[in-house]
Amino acid sequence: MSPDLLSFDHPLTRLVVGLLCVFAFVGLNGLVLVWVERKVAGHVQLRPGPLHVGPYGLLQPIVDAVKLVGKQLAMPAGADKYLYWAAPLLAFAPVTVCFLPLPFDPDLAPMRLNIGLVLILAFSGLGVLSLILAGWGSNNKWGLLGAARAVAQSVAYEVPLLLAVMSVAITAGSLDLYEITGKQGGWPWQWYGVQNPLAFFIFLVCAVAETNRAPFDLPEAESELTAGFHTEYSGMGFGLFFLAEYANMIVVSGVAAALFLGGWQGPFLSGILWFLVKVYAILLLMIWMRWTYPRVRFDQLLNLSWKWLTPLAIIDLALVVIIKGIGG
Amino acid sequence: MQAFDTAQLPRDPSSVRFEPGPTEDKLILSMGPQHPSTHGVLRILLELDGEYIVRAEPVLGYIHRMHEWMAEQKTYFQFMPNMGRVDYLHAMAWNWAYAGAVERLAGIEVPERGEHIRVAVTELNRISSHLLWWGAYLLDLGAFTPIMYAFDDREILLDILQAVTGSRLTYSYFTFGGVYNDVPDDFASRCLAFTKHLRSRLPMYRDLVTDNVILRGRCEGIGEMDVDLARRYGATGPVLRGSGAPVDTRRAEPYSVYGKFDFRIPAYSQGDAMARYMVRMDELETSCDIIDQAVSNLPDGPCSAKAPKTLKPPKGEACYAVEGARGKILVHVRSDGGPKPYRVKLRAPGFSNLSVFCELARGTLLADAVSILGSLDLVIPEIDR
Repeated sequence: MSPDLLSFDHPLTRLVVGLLCVFAFVGLNGLVLVWVERKVAGHVQLRPGPLHVGPYGLLQPIVDAVKLVGKQLAMPAGADKYLYWAAPLLAFAPVTVCFLPLPFDPDLAPMRLNIGLVLILAFSGLGVLSLILAGWGSNNKWGLLGAARAVAQSVAYEVPLLLAVMSVAITAGSLDLYEITGKQGGWPWQWYGVQNPLAFFIFLVCAVAETNRAPFDLPEAESELTAGFHTEYSGMGFGLFFLAEYANMIVVSGVAAALFLGGWQGPFLSGILWFLVKVYAILLLMIWMRWTYPRVRFDQLLNLSWKWLTPLAIIDLALVVIIKGIGG
Repeated sequence: MQAFDTAQLPRDPSSVRFEPGPTEDKLILSMGPQHPSTHGVLRILLELDGEYIVRAEPVLGYIHRMHEWMAEQKTYFQFMPNMGRVDYLHAMAWNWAYAGAVERLAGIEVPERGEHIRVAVTELNRISSHLLWWGAYLLDLGAFTPIMYAFDDREILLDILQAVTGSRLTYSYFTFGGVYNDVPDDFASRCLAFTKHLRSRLPMYRDLVTDNVILRGRCEGIGEMDVDLARRYGATGPVLRGSGAPVDTRRAEPYSVYGKFDFRIPAYSQGDAMARYMVRMDELETSCDIIDQAVSNLPDGPCSAKAPKTLKPPKGEACYAVEGARGKILVHVRSDGGPKPYRVKLRAPGFSNLSVFCELARGTLLADAVSILGSLDLVIPEIDR
């Protein structure tokens, strides 16, 4: 991708080119992230992780992808054909849109919107729809239980997530991710994540829950629901859910980097590099958590959201509003 | 979790057939025989109200291999390798229970060195069983990493046992009158090095895993069982000791040379999954203590008494009970004076421990049922035999 992207004048051309770039970015980063996850998991678990395919096992994700593509696409008897196949596509499609307003660099904008934040939140909320369809459409009791869990979890965690994001938006006075990033500086004390650590913490917890990652991976909960909503999916049906999970992780990490860690700003390095460094720092934190903690129980998960995170987020929002009112 | 009223539920433990629920809003779910958390081919029929369990009923027999029948078709010696396959995780204890019963029947005395070696390998095997349980239980709770650390420790231990017995899992090391081969010269030093290593690892496990707030939330107050319930179902081993009764066959009915050793019987009175967890973690240390004492003054002499090649025990019957990793193992052998046993009865602790599950799972969440099932430490081949 080059800054020349900005020179496309027609919005439709820019959208198409931007989407293509986003697909390339998601694909590439998805592969890198799969490798990172397996390598980190390996080292956490006293084993080397992927080793044999390519240097340091770097080509392992490509081989995995080829294997998934080569697998038969099976559908259980009695499954709803249209819902069943629509679900993996629906899981992946909205995530790509979420990449469009992400501020990679001041000069690198797939699509600059004055309500970019709202767009991301709206489209990431669509992701749960695919989980419901997958669980319901596959005519499987485990899938149904997984889908039911996904709905309750998504509803519970979107509330504190929105409140945490709102407190930042109010501080910055904008919903444009470029403006919010621009209001912060390159040094940690200028970041909203340091000035408002509570909102950052709530956002991180909700981000892990929203992306269905351990310790909040209840919709798939391998040891309870075999594989939850994607129990029946094989080959690329499963592969798309898998890729969507990683793409979702990159989106929430990108949003966190832009909202709380000053985005592209930082000394010495170029903008896009700083952004990627911050995104991968958050991704590594999520991977580290997944391979360390046991899974929480469902009622504990909901209690955490409704009894702790939501009230705390409301208090945080009120404080931000008061401080802003006094200051401004 | 307590919001669900369990008093309303039908209580009929005598029901043999699992009938569909009375109303339409219940979900009948077959958990297993292919399920990641049933650890083998156990099938549990669940009646669910949402995610709450109204009824749970284990369905057994998917890995029934007719061990007791096989015993009647083989000579006493030929049946020995079967014992390593009844409970593949604590094969030594089953070896011991069968060998002990036959020795009692035939009146064979085991030399002192043989007894010490038996104690050492059985306790090593108990540690390997508990370590595997620990990893697998945390896997049930969604923590993927601890099992790798447990296997890292277990590997050292299996190497020791491999040097002694020649196999790594399904041991057939005991013989009537002692053990098959004497231990290598470095056995004692390797055992002592291992117990030292394990003791240095246990504090890390406690800090990283046992004291984790999520783990505590998943274990504390889950599957509570009082001593009465445990006794009514015949639960033994860590399941019984987790509900407050410090009953251990090694202490209650001392066999072999256990009377000589100084060790404590851990017991916790809470009766929940956490108590059973803590009992097993403490037993790792207890087993280390016993191994230290057994190998540090290993007596000289033969490791096995001379037993006749074709064993024909006199007419009669004998019982032998040992403490396995899952509870009290009892083997009852009846002889009609011939070269083959007339009848061998195997009492598997897992069968009784599993029976409590129906009571414990009632009214809990699906995730809790997985936690309870894991905390009972079941080995399905042992239950089905």
